[in-house]
Amino acid sequence: MTDFFFARSQMALSLAFHIVFAAIGIGMPLLMAIAEGLYLRRGEAIYLDLAKRWARGTAILFAVGAVSGTVLSFELGLLWPRFMEYAGGIIGMPFSLEGFAFFTEAIFLGIYLYGWDRTPPLMHWISGIIVAGSGMLSGVFVVTVNAWMNAPTGFEVTDGRVTSIDPIAAMLNPASLQQVIHMTLAAYVATGFIVAAVHAFFLLRDRRNVFHRRAFGIALAVAAVGIPFQIVSGDMIARMVAERQPAKFAAMEGHYRTQRGAPLTIGGLPDDAAMTTRYALRIPRGLSLLAHGDPTAPVRGLEDIPRDEWPNTRIVHWAFDLMVGAGFAMLGLAAWGAWLWWRRGLPDDPRFLRALVVAGPLGLIAIEAGWFVTEVGRQPWIIYGVMRTADAVTPMSGLVVPFVTFTAVYVFLSVILVYVLRRQFLETHPNAPGRSGAAPGASRGG
Amino acid sequence: MAVELTLGAAILVALVLYALSGGADYGGGMWDLLALGPRAQRQREAIEHAIGPIWEANHVWLILVIVVLFTGFPTAFAVIMTALHIPMTAILVGIVLRGSAFVFRRYDVRDDAVHRRWSTLFGAASFFTPFLLGLCLGALASGEIRVAGGRVSSGFLAGWTGPFAVACGLFAQGLFAFLAATYLTVDTEREPDLQEDFRKRALASGLFLAPVAALTFLLARDGAPYIFARLTSWWAPLLLAVTSVCAVGALAALWARRFHWARMAAVGQVTCILVGWGLAQYPHVVVPDLTLTNTATVPSTLDALRSALAVGAVVLFPAFGYLLYVFKRRQSLPPKRGASV
Repeated sequence: MTDFFFARSQMALSLAFHIVFAAIGIGMPLLMAIAEGLYLRRGEAIYLDLAKRWARGTAILFAVGAVSGTVLSFELGLLWPRFMEYAGGIIGMPFSLEGFAFFTEAIFLGIYLYGWDRTPPLMHWISGIIVAGSGMLSGVFVVTVNAWMNAPTGFEVTDGRVTSIDPIAAMLNPASLQQVIHMTLAAYVATGFIVAAVHAFFLLRDRRNVFHRRAFGIALAVAAVGIPFQIVSGDMIARMVAERQPAKFAAMEGHYRTQRGAPLTIGGLPDDAAMTTRYALRIPRGLSLLAHGDPTAPVRGLEDIPRDEWPNTRIVHWAFDLMVGAGFAMLGLAAWGAWLWWRRGLPDDPRFLRALVVAGPLGLIAIEAGWFVTEVGRQPWIIYGVMRTADAVTPMSGLVVPFVTFTAVYVFLSVILVYVLRRQFLETHPNAPGRSGAAPGASRGG
Repeated sequence: MAVELTLGAAILVALVLYALSGGADYGGGMWDLLALGPRAQRQREAIEHAIGPIWEANHVWLILVIVVLFTGFPTAFAVIMTALHIPMTAILVGIVLRGSAFVFRRYDVRDDAVHRRWSTLFGAASFFTPFLLGLCLGALASGEIRVAGGRVSSGFLAGWTGPFAVACGLFAQGLFAFLAATYLTVDTEREPDLQEDFRKRALASGLFLAPVAALTFLLARDGAPYIFARLTSWWAPLLLAVTSVCAVGALAALWARRFHWARMAAVGQVTCILVGWGLAQYPHVVVPDLTLTNTATVPSTLDALRSALAVGAVVLFPAFGYLLYVFKRRQSLPPKRGASV
């Protein structure tokens, strides 16, 4: 295995680790702001309690997100210096704006987490809203950078050197809008599902618990409202990819032969040598319809693309199907929940709660799978059609060492996090004996 | 040149603010590890209380340095991250472990062995990370990182493995420890015994700093000849004088228990040292091959970045001011930490 392989693996590992915390860091502040807003409006102390308890978990996850994000900003240069040398001036703009958004988020998160007794209630709530807004914005800015790697625009090259840059055009590239909407919704939906699952777990033990009922209601509402829009946004982004990145699109769909009235290929085993996806479920004309809104439209297959510009078809196809499958499973659950809610109020049917506990991680799984689709699907390019990933890698050798180090650190942190968060949940369970689970700062304020 | 200079100055300002805020947080971690005596637990609590609400915001200054560097001066960023790959990777490990250990310790249930292990990890990472940061800055000044044809030609060990870089690392450690102890004397105003503890620590680390500073200076003659030569410029004696006044003033104020004055003088001292380094190195980003001018990206991006920084500053400074107002104003300091911790 080469240094290049380890560089890619380290980057993939770092992104896969960070994205969980980034997504929850975008989603949780919204949930907390809703809970605290309901408290201010209705004066029910349980909502305040809820915001404080959620804040404890968020504080841990946010810190891990902040440091793992720092790792990524360094790794761009540590692993891909040629890429940064070429693209730094083009994509630095959204990164700088992200820096400020993140700054704002960190400042107001400090105020939010530690300032329960030090700020007037309204100001505290506004701080929470600022955290939610700036967290969302920093996600938006970072995603525009990734979108630029898929749809590089806003610069001119003469003799292999970037000679003219329009940083705003680079930021607002043709892939930005679709990717930004898709990732932002993903963060809310995934957070909503995972949080709803945690509270569903406690509701299964005690369905009368008002605290968990309120928490479950807010999280489920965010998830259920978000997921239908997310399916629509998925369709938007897929059409964009079909138009702009035919190789990625063909790999996503396991589609080898260019044809009119192309079928939709679900599952199966993509076989590059035989140029077909074996054992797959095929829906006639489905792909043409989805990609171009016309059941007879031609869809380019991988055969039209030079062999050395193919991404890894199995990873991309399977990751895509996993993401879509998870998305529709969540949509089904949301529909079931909405139906129950409409009929009888908060859906606390044990079968539904159990299903939700099992489905809790689906949003995060879909996010991971989605990033595998977009990142692996862009290969062999780091900047689509402009620079190959292999040409961007650092000349440093022995990259197995940092890869193993970061793997060890992240595995260690993941294990600890699960352990710490589990203790948090049990410890702050309202019926649990012992500490009353006061929010940070609340028990020791001035 | 004007835009490059502005952006270079912005990087330096962000670096100074990182040292003054994030640096002190590292120092806090060091004193956490070195907490001793009958009040060790209360020392740790005071440190945690001082760092808790602000460390994540403080940390963002470093991210800002990195982002402005790679946006405005992408070639310099690529070279630095290539030549200093090894210490930079170690810094990342330190940043990750330190931040995680801090929150785990804070939010995990207390009073058990696991909790103490987080403290150790937090303290250890707070020690070695600033050492490595100092090492890297020393390497940039050393003149040993060479670039030929846009590529690093001096390998992966140049600059940061020499005695000068090691002295810079120690200096950064000492400076941050001194800064943290000095801040903590103000933070613990309501607890005279704790305040006295931190006063002694501030004095000790301040005195430790003097020989390390002298050593760094002497080693610069061979270890960083370019910037050593620049120290004969007209501004050098002036800056050296101000730095010395601040350093001596800080120690004197600590001795006389004028803690607010001590804090101000310590801030002045750290600022002067970093500004002095910046001036001595100017216009180089990496001595001797890379300057602000020859690594800057195209003007349109530089202009846009300058505007972004201006807008960002307008948002940022009031927000930062509010953060400090909420947590550092005098009347908000709790007399004593509750029994729940």
